[in-house]
Amino acid sequence: MKRKGYDGVVICAPVSVPYRRYSVNSAHWWIGRALHALLQRTGLMPDQIDGLSVSSFTLAPDTAIGLTQHLGLSPRWLDYVPMGGAGGGVALRRAVRGVQAGDADFVVCVGADTNHVDSFRKTLSSFSRFAQDAVYPYGSGGPNASFALITRHYMNKTGATREDFGRICVAQRANAQRYDGALMQKTLTLEDYMRARPIADPIHLFDCVMPCAGAEAFLVCREDDAVAMNIPYARILSAIERHNAFASDPIQFRGGWAIDRDELWGMAGIKPDAVDFLQTYDDYPVIVMMQIEDLGFCEKGEGPAFVRAHSLTTDGDFPHNTSGGQLSVGQAGAGGGHLGLVEALRQLTDEAGTTAVPNANIGLVSGFGMINYDRGLASSAVLLARA
Amino acid sequence: MTEPLIRPRRKDPLKKTREPLLPQGVRSRTAHGLTAAAAEGRFALQVCAGCGLAIYPPRDACPRCLSSRLPFQDVPPGGTLLAETTIRTSTDVYFRERTPWRIGTVVLDCGPSFVAHLHGDVAEGTRVRLSLRLDKSGNAVAIAMPEQSSQHQGDDVQLREFTCDPKFRRVLITDGRTAIGQAMARAMAGAGASIVFVGIADAWKPFPGETALRTIPGAEVVSLDITDSQSVADVAGEIAHRVDILINTAEHPRAGGIMHRHGLTIAHREMDIRYFGLLRLAQYFGPTMRARGADGVNAAAAFVNLLSVHALMNWPQYGAFSAAEAACLSAAQALRAELRGGGVKVLNMFAGPLDTEWFQTVPPPKLSPAALANATVDALRKGIEDSYVGDIAQDIKARLDVQPKALERELGQ
Repeated sequence: MKRKGYDGVVICAPVSVPYRRYSVNSAHWWIGRALHALLQRTGLMPDQIDGLSVSSFTLAPDTAIGLTQHLGLSPRWLDYVPMGGAGGGVALRRAVRGVQAGDADFVVCVGADTNHVDSFRKTLSSFSRFAQDAVYPYGSGGPNASFALITRHYMNKTGATREDFGRICVAQRANAQRYDGALMQKTLTLEDYMRARPIADPIHLFDCVMPCAGAEAFLVCREDDAVAMNIPYARILSAIERHNAFASDPIQFRGGWAIDRDELWGMAGIKPDAVDFLQTYDDYPVIVMMQIEDLGFCEKGEGPAFVRAHSLTTDGDFPHNTSGGQLSVGQAGAGGGHLGLVEALRQLTDEAGTTAVPNANIGLVSGFGMINYDRGLASSAVLLARA
Repeated sequence: MTEPLIRPRRKDPLKKTREPLLPQGVRSRTAHGLTAAAAEGRFALQVCAGCGLAIYPPRDACPRCLSSRLPFQDVPPGGTLLAETTIRTSTDVYFRERTPWRIGTVVLDCGPSFVAHLHGDVAEGTRVRLSLRLDKSGNAVAIAMPEQSSQHQGDDVQLREFTCDPKFRRVLITDGRTAIGQAMARAMAGAGASIVFVGIADAWKPFPGETALRTIPGAEVVSLDITDSQSVADVAGEIAHRVDILINTAEHPRAGGIMHRHGLTIAHREMDIRYFGLLRLAQYFGPTMRARGADGVNAAAAFVNLLSVHALMNWPQYGAFSAAEAACLSAAQALRAELRGGGVKVLNMFAGPLDTEWFQTVPPPKLSPAALANATVDALRKGIEDSYVGDIAQDIKARLDVQPKALERELGQ
């Protein structure tokens, strides 16, 4: 059956609550801040929010339902998507369908987490059953170690070098220097990148995101409501989602995008060369390269050559992670899954300010998440267009 | 090739003893199938009874056919190391003080990918053999070993976290009067133990093998009577901080059942030597061993019980003896839980009748004390916690696994 398009429903009101390395506040507080900011900028009243989608790892012992009472909301549509880096795309897909079907009018999608001192360690050790049984007892290196193995294998197979990954990180830092919300603003040179201390070979310090506290949010509603309320918005051209793809690959070398990309481009009716900027999930740079390949910007294994041939800064020929990505902004837990979408929305609604990509009309936002055992399970991608 | 270990120097008494930390010890119930295999030194994974798929990590439904019949069974441990990393920072306090630490992705010949610890001699792209071990938390982990063994392989720093190798460790053998005590002293000295303390009660009484015992390199006779709490306390006061492996060789096998013995004299004696003896050792040596579980190359490593396999199922011909052994097994399980906090293992060596005077009337096969001693060295080197030594013990274990009730009837005939 042909998939129904996302016509008539739009994404708007990008909100980023400034990140902090550590926070004594709860996830509830961060989510509340994001919602408050969203209401202020849209003029919506709390009782108009009839749909809520929450993505968070540090909300325990609460889930989305407890949050409704905590925040005094009474939605008729409620979703909880703790899917990490794919959470933004997944939340958007569901919210759009909810609004399209008339189950809700205004759905707020929020990705937020707090970061207490030591909360990262606790999250890691109990992240999943496989993590508990088969990952954490093996050196407790966290995602650094898991992605080190994936990176090492990718390097062996494609000939990618550390410099290739470094190009991605260095360009993102340059982008971050134009984005006030980035926690890491200090200039990063390729020499700095290469000289960084090893974390889990071949992963070095600047390959790793910094866990922090923060929140990202956006609103999904009918296009005519956005127009009536005078809220700038972007259209959703197409979206894909896949979980546990290529399960029989002995180690992760590709993600679910490779299965679904034809549908992504086909539904939107465009080709990769129509894209003006790309927001990938950048935890870690090897995954960025996989996304560039698997989404169809180059052939499999040619990611290293691609990043050598292109400039990835906002003023370059292939603007990528225009606010600095999680590598420079910080990883606010599940907020990282919404970061790319929120930044893309700013780009397409002329709110990106100094990070603005000139003449940006179409953006691709890719998500990746949930390293359950040895690989990331979830992939998502969304093509957005200027209204 | 692994660099041979350097004999640890005498400890600086002013230095703080490193406190034992454990790697994360929480596992799903299903994952303890791996613990069961590791405890016996086997390599087993779940294999789907529906479609034959070998599965890892442990699951409760087959990821190919969704069958829930997923028994653990021994599978070939061979594979190829596809990718490796050296972890240099860890969020976990145990690994934090053990970095750099190598792990890697091993693609097993039988199917699944296994992220495992790496022995120092394995290299990316080469063939390896996975081995399930018990880590300091007492749970199963796999380490990728080189296909070929080499001389100092056991000295590898990561491997040694999982083993209780007697090399450079100090061993206490609680009773050197017995044939097994003497065989054990020889075996431990031969395995590279730096000191073998041998307990002798009433040392003024001569005993067979005494001269040979005293000439074992590294052997030091101590006056120890494990039926006397004061004696155990005194010896512990002197040497407990230097005992890395304790092997209780005190035995008291006496024929006879329950009903036809008159009075409780023999039973009291059995319980005093075996069960209460174990409790005394645990009380006076256990706390010190537990505190020394991370004390360098010669950290406290193991508390070894020599148990009759009839601790698992009573042998009415030696009925009261079997019951005392069962009491010891139960106490050993408690002790295992108590010592785990220090990363110190309790090793139970299950044996059938030994070829000694107390099993004179029992037909062969019987186990020589030297065979039991050598098996103990092997078990310590592997770091396992349950070993079934010899034909009888393995036969009883196999029959018990299949049908305990049948075994009960058969032993009573």
